[in-house]
Amino acid sequence: MKSLCAKFAAKLAAQGIAPEQGPDAPLIGGLDAELAWNREDPRTSLLSGLFDRLSINSLVFVRPSEPYRTILDFLASRNPNAIRPEDTETRTFLHDIPVCPEFELSAMADLLERRKVIVLPGRGIVSCGTVSPEQGFVSVSSAIFSTFVLFFSDYLNRARRNALDDEYIKTFSRVVRLLPEPRQVPPALAQGPFRDEESVVSAMAEAGRKVVGFGLVDSFFGNISYLLNGTIYISQTGSSLDELNGCIDPCPLDGSSTNGLTASSELTAHEDVYRRSRYDCILHGHPKFSVIMSMDCERVDCPNRGRCHLECPECRTVDGVPVVPGEVGTGPTGLCHTLPPAMAANGAALVHGHGLFTSGEKDFNAPFARLLEIENRCRELYFERLSEYA
Amino acid sequence: MDELFGRTGKVLHIDLTSGKAMAEYPDDAVYDAFIGGRGLAGHYLRPFADREYSDPELPLLIFTGPLTGTDSPTSGRGSIVSRSPLTGAVCDGSIGGGLPTRLKKAGYDGLVITGRGSAPCGIEIDDNDVRVVETSLWGQDTDAVLHALEERLPEDTSLACIGPAAENGSLLASVAVDHRHGGVRGGLGLIWAAKNLKYLTVRGTGDVPVRDPDALAQANEAIVRLTMASPVLMGRHGFSRWGTPALLDLMNSRRMLPTDNFQKTYFEHGAKVNASALAALCEPRDHGCLGCHIHCRKIARDGRSLPGFEALAHFTALIGNDDPETAMAGVDLCGRLGLDPVSAGSVLACLREISGKDYSGKTLLSALREMAEGGDSGQGAAHVAQVCHRPETAMTVKGMELPAYDPRGGYGLALAYAVSTRGGCHQRAFPLSHEVLRKPVATDRFSFSGKARIVKLAEDTLAAADSINACRLIFLAAGLEEYAKALTAVTGKDWSAQSLLETGERITVNERCMNSANGFGAADDDLPERFFTEPGTPGGGIKVPPIDREAFLQARHNYYVVRGLDKNGAATPETLQRLGLDG
Repeated sequence: MKSLCAKFAAKLAAQGIAPEQGPDAPLIGGLDAELAWNREDPRTSLLSGLFDRLSINSLVFVRPSEPYRTILDFLASRNPNAIRPEDTETRTFLHDIPVCPEFELSAMADLLERRKVIVLPGRGIVSCGTVSPEQGFVSVSSAIFSTFVLFFSDYLNRARRNALDDEYIKTFSRVVRLLPEPRQVPPALAQGPFRDEESVVSAMAEAGRKVVGFGLVDSFFGNISYLLNGTIYISQTGSSLDELNGCIDPCPLDGSSTNGLTASSELTAHEDVYRRSRYDCILHGHPKFSVIMSMDCERVDCPNRGRCHLECPECRTVDGVPVVPGEVGTGPTGLCHTLPPAMAANGAALVHGHGLFTSGEKDFNAPFARLLEIENRCRELYFERLSEYA
Repeated sequence: MDELFGRTGKVLHIDLTSGKAMAEYPDDAVYDAFIGGRGLAGHYLRPFADREYSDPELPLLIFTGPLTGTDSPTSGRGSIVSRSPLTGAVCDGSIGGGLPTRLKKAGYDGLVITGRGSAPCGIEIDDNDVRVVETSLWGQDTDAVLHALEERLPEDTSLACIGPAAENGSLLASVAVDHRHGGVRGGLGLIWAAKNLKYLTVRGTGDVPVRDPDALAQANEAIVRLTMASPVLMGRHGFSRWGTPALLDLMNSRRMLPTDNFQKTYFEHGAKVNASALAALCEPRDHGCLGCHIHCRKIARDGRSLPGFEALAHFTALIGNDDPETAMAGVDLCGRLGLDPVSAGSVLACLREISGKDYSGKTLLSALREMAEGGDSGQGAAHVAQVCHRPETAMTVKGMELPAYDPRGGYGLALAYAVSTRGGCHQRAFPLSHEVLRKPVATDRFSFSGKARIVKLAEDTLAAADSINACRLIFLAAGLEEYAKALTAVTGKDWSAQSLLETGERITVNERCMNSANGFGAADDDLPERFFTEPGTPGGGIKVPPIDREAFLQARHNYYVVRGLDKNGAATPETLQRLGLDG
């Protein structure tokens, strides 16, 4: 258990969510018959009490790095009960992010009885799980992602309505100064076409690692696939794109096998993209500014406001990339219905509030470059649009 | 009385000896402590849990939960509970179809059936009208009984009955519910027969009041959203499209498909009998329980039910059969005879290993008919193996035949099988969820690290799920966090994931108390020796070694610690006091 705690502490650091060392490094506890922490810290004496109060087996406590720290504290000050982002990760998995005013056992336990993750202003984030420290890692990562998206989306909307106050402007300026410079040069990935399963799996694992390394997806979200001889090789559901070895399912297009039971929830969408197009590979990430721009709409009085992710009837684009509605997976409002035609026509598409899909032929070089290019362009567009209202 | 939400507040006691029914109105505290379904039934079972199955005082319990009959997704479920004739342990079967919903709508949270009819009888419930009637259907198979009742009763009536297996004393006797929505294991059908009860019909036309319909709609939206995001439930390879047989390819590719009576873990003819092959053979249509959008049941073009994964795997890989039609015929016959197909398949596999003889389509059906006649083979695999002086060939835990997941391929599964209160059952903790299906996150399936507490928490989760009553399968997508909101909306009582887990813990420990009182101890929380001495079938880069005995025992010890049990697996006085079970 202790090695698992250490593993996910390292992943939080690698993804820039928390420092690797020092007093703000992640604290992760795991309990089987005995409780183990990834490191010593005086706060574990209080946090250990959560294992007595809650039916959990793991807990993650993080004081996030900047700019996430400033964003969280600001949003918590504006939303003293709960932060309610509107992206897909929140809608599907977190629902909302309760704010706990004090680092006190009962107060934290009361909120964690009902939610996966809570925010403590000035202190950090706490999340817990019943199976593995990975649950806490995923929830913390999602909370960081979704609050980042909320902060920038809300700021732009308020600027449009001329509803910004001085504190918001000051905080935003600070956050923007703390943003890391965008990566501009895509990596050189293995060149295709790939002729056998071993080459496909190796190329997918390499591309997946780079998507994570470039910060284009968080925790275990995103997916990747390659079509070889009528079989789609696709990352498994809940697999981290930087750890794809042993986590790729071969799924024949002819339906002769149901091995894809553990495949990504977007297998159906990937299948239909391949059926409709000439493409051989698909990448899907959750790049932050792409998601922010997918949600940006000037029609403030639209009757579908609040249900844009399901019912937006407009043919929206962001710099020529189509934005489609649709929820994760299948079902009548699933993105499996909206994404494939958009992808087949454009080779890339944004799903409202969710993420970005890109496709290519032969290998992952082109779809990776496009993923990066669109994200960087969305970042530019964000500030261009903001400048219209400043 | 204040208006009740999510429950009727009424439990109906039916005494088959006198033919009389009497309503009981349990205290709020009882509902708070045990919720409904499996939990509430366990509460009613405990004072009588040491009775033999033939004792008229041993209650047969059929209970619904607070979500049953509401719009909450997959909540058309109920539980049949009693002491298992097969194992002597507490046993429950989660039932679907329409019966639980209609029982609730008729005005009852549950039925407590005791006594013994002087002649074969049926119970007929039509809202407030409850009758115990003599029947001439004794001796008929389940299809004949259900068809006869369907012809006579209104269309919106639900039906449950036993078949010849129960009447003839087979310990593998099951219960057919609305044409095989039963899935009841542990020989619970035999308790019906011991009471001379052939069938139960229920028609209910009332409503189940919901405290906050808008909040329930919001909760439902979150649950359905998670379902739609689940590849296992709703994906192109998922249960909604193929039924649970979709698991066969996956189990085979993970080298954990029990083959040749668990002597191997890979079936080389898997592609001939997988979900795709079955669909090509049967051209099935979708079917589901009332209130479910997943529709994991499939009905063949000729009207037969397609087997679920466990039955399919046991009638193919476990007995070396590569003909899907033979499997269909075998499972269909089990349904008509009222045999539990999982246990029946395991007995067939045990007999095949002992005799060394393969089955033909004809000999397989003959063996099943013999099982339903109540002879040695009808007493379960442990009995058959003992009689044949080959006890090592019984793949059972606490006398219950294991389902179609090899524990050498999942160490959480191995532990869960061993400590399950109802014996060889994967559904108490469903470790497949994280060890294979990667939900909520993946765990290392070849490690015991952390598994004791994971199993304990999962048992508590599913005990709560079986008590609110929601389908266990949906917990591959949603969780108690989402269902607590639905339950709060329905009942008006403030539930959280945590309070549901605490109640699930009480329900599980209550079951363990009953087992302890019946003599079950640590020696029964164990696996067949084969899993510790023989490897599974390697391949595809996967090695399947025997389970390390010492590591298993350490994990079981850890489980006892986190569950609050003593060294013999009995709840400690402190645990009983903490859970309010010491009274």
